[in-house]
Amino acid sequence: MTQRTVIAAALAAALGLAAGAAQAQGQGPIKIGSFLAVTGGASFLGDPEAKTLRLYVERINKSGGVLGRQLQLIVHDSAGDAKQAATFAKRLIEDDKVDILIGGSTTGETMAIVKMVDEAELPFLSLGGASVIVEPVKERKWVFKTPHSDRLAVQKVYVDMKARGLTAVAIIAGSGGFDQSCRKNAQELAPTMGMRVVADETYAPTDTDVTPQLTKIKNAAGVQAVLGCGFGGITSITAKNYKQLAMTQPFYFNHGVGSKQFITGAAGGAEGIRLPAAALLVAADLPDSDPQKKPALEYAAAYKAAFNEDISTFGGHALDALLIAVDAFKRAGSTDKKKVRDAIESTKGLIGVDGIFTFSAADHNGLDEASFKMVVVQNGEFRLLK
Amino acid sequence: MAEFLQFLFAGLTSGAIYALVALGFTLIYSSSHVINFAQGEFVMLGGLATVGLLAAGVPLLPAALLAIVLTAAAGIALEKLAIEPARNAAVVTLIIITIGASILLRGAAQLIWGKDYHRLPAFTGETPLEIGGATLLPQSLWVIGVTILIVLGLRWFFGRTLLGKAVLATSHNRLAAQLVGIDIGFVLLLSYGLSAALGALAGILIAPITLTSYTVGTMLGLKGFCAAIVGGLGSGAGAVVGGLVVGLAEAMATGYVSSAYKDAVAFVIILVVLVFMPSGLFGRRGTDRV
Repeated sequence: MTQRTVIAAALAAALGLAAGAAQAQGQGPIKIGSFLAVTGGASFLGDPEAKTLRLYVERINKSGGVLGRQLQLIVHDSAGDAKQAATFAKRLIEDDKVDILIGGSTTGETMAIVKMVDEAELPFLSLGGASVIVEPVKERKWVFKTPHSDRLAVQKVYVDMKARGLTAVAIIAGSGGFDQSCRKNAQELAPTMGMRVVADETYAPTDTDVTPQLTKIKNAAGVQAVLGCGFGGITSITAKNYKQLAMTQPFYFNHGVGSKQFITGAAGGAEGIRLPAAALLVAADLPDSDPQKKPALEYAAAYKAAFNEDISTFGGHALDALLIAVDAFKRAGSTDKKKVRDAIESTKGLIGVDGIFTFSAADHNGLDEASFKMVVVQNGEFRLLK
Repeated sequence: MAEFLQFLFAGLTSGAIYALVALGFTLIYSSSHVINFAQGEFVMLGGLATVGLLAAGVPLLPAALLAIVLTAAAGIALEKLAIEPARNAAVVTLIIITIGASILLRGAAQLIWGKDYHRLPAFTGETPLEIGGATLLPQSLWVIGVTILIVLGLRWFFGRTLLGKAVLATSHNRLAAQLVGIDIGFVLLLSYGLSAALGALAGILIAPITLTSYTVGTMLGLKGFCAAIVGGLGSGAGAVVGGLVVGLAEAMATGYVSSAYKDAVAFVIILVVLVFMPSGLFGRRGTDRV
């Protein structure tokens, strides 16, 4: 036996003893079940989410765990597929008997299991974007979510457009669920906010070129501003094509493009684009008085140190979900599912990196408009719009 | 007019990309009647390997050449390690093996280069050329130009060189080819290596336009396959015409009908072609002796 294996064996034995001692008091680890799109087309969401969960569960355990118990994280890779998400969720609920579910990187994965958690009466924190996840709230007793609702994102964009005197908007959206939800919100909100949708184009997420769609918008009469709804590589291509066609209207995106890749992929096309985003994206620009500044900078530094990658806003959703869960366990004083659910619903003023969460029986998203910041791309960086 | 020109340029750019990928299918099909579903992954490997080498400090040209060599090696390895051991199996079995290989390559690429999408710098700048009120990226001209060169090169290879004729002979009748002294094993190895190199070249050329990531091969492979089918499998000129037909039809449909129907266009074209010209626009009419 080499020295290393001896140490490893000793450590394993010690851990086993510790675990045994805990179990002896009926105190096994608190189980957090998770299914995320770690691979596949939505992996830019699931990958940072999984990394963030692992990193912070380890940190919490090192500092003594929660309620004197260790956290045990079980992550499954749904590859962004709703069917696989449902299978894994079922396994987590029935076989692993987890105490809480965090996951569903996309709206599709989340919606596939909302019924299931309702029947199992298990608290569930979703990382999906669409507002339909927690609405109608009466039918979503056990479901909460941390990312800003996409409706709020569109509202924020419209407010900024109006402040610049732009009221005629063209939409260019992908055909995916998240993209179409944003598009639908943009159409529905327009009349109530004094906006007009004057052009409406669609592309497939796998397209290599969107100049035909943009040309139509360019030639449509009276377009004052353009709103892009989407995420992933295609949004970079859209921004690049926008620049290629020398279009001059102010260009906005929804919060799906909140990662550095969007800017580097667009090869200069992202300059001047505005979008709503979590404070995390522009933490360094926030005034020191902003309560979100410190946690956001800390998270960014911890993530960079652990994985040598820049943070995206998506990993932040997972961090907030974990913080909310831990906070709820502490206030509930146990892992009793009913008590934990009630504790989550009564979360007040919890400072996360997405915003400050205050849940209620009528609001299972818990974020207000102030938690969203308008951000602009300047010299290849996201900057807070002042 | 400017609007039409813009749609035309968009169609030509996408069309040339599809054509370039379709050409890779042509080579392997020509020698063995196998449709290599890992072709899209060769395209992905070429682009990502170049990105990786660039990041390691290698200049663009050597990085691109090295990426092509590496991808060709992957193609040869695929033939040697997976196709050759199953050489007596039916064509369908071999096709399924290539699907397996595509999943393996995708997984390996994800481990090596991560899940992010990457961009290569354009070869000759990003400033769009303005022609008649429409704009075209210089990189599109690279894609179109190289596609033409490859078609001419393949034509010369199959029509004028002994090796090329040996490949064709193998595809027509393997036993007879063997009897006249053609080294079948070598021909197959060559066709996999060449088509992987072609795929890699395509991947490098298009990466500045389409971006690249470990999943990019799936979509490009599918569209390239559509183009190859429309043009008639096994025909170089057919692959190019097929690619352009699909690309232009998509762009025009988006421009003049509705962007919502764009993706249906490629499949409608395939259906129409397969119903009325089952062997594609340029394919040889196959006859079976019964």
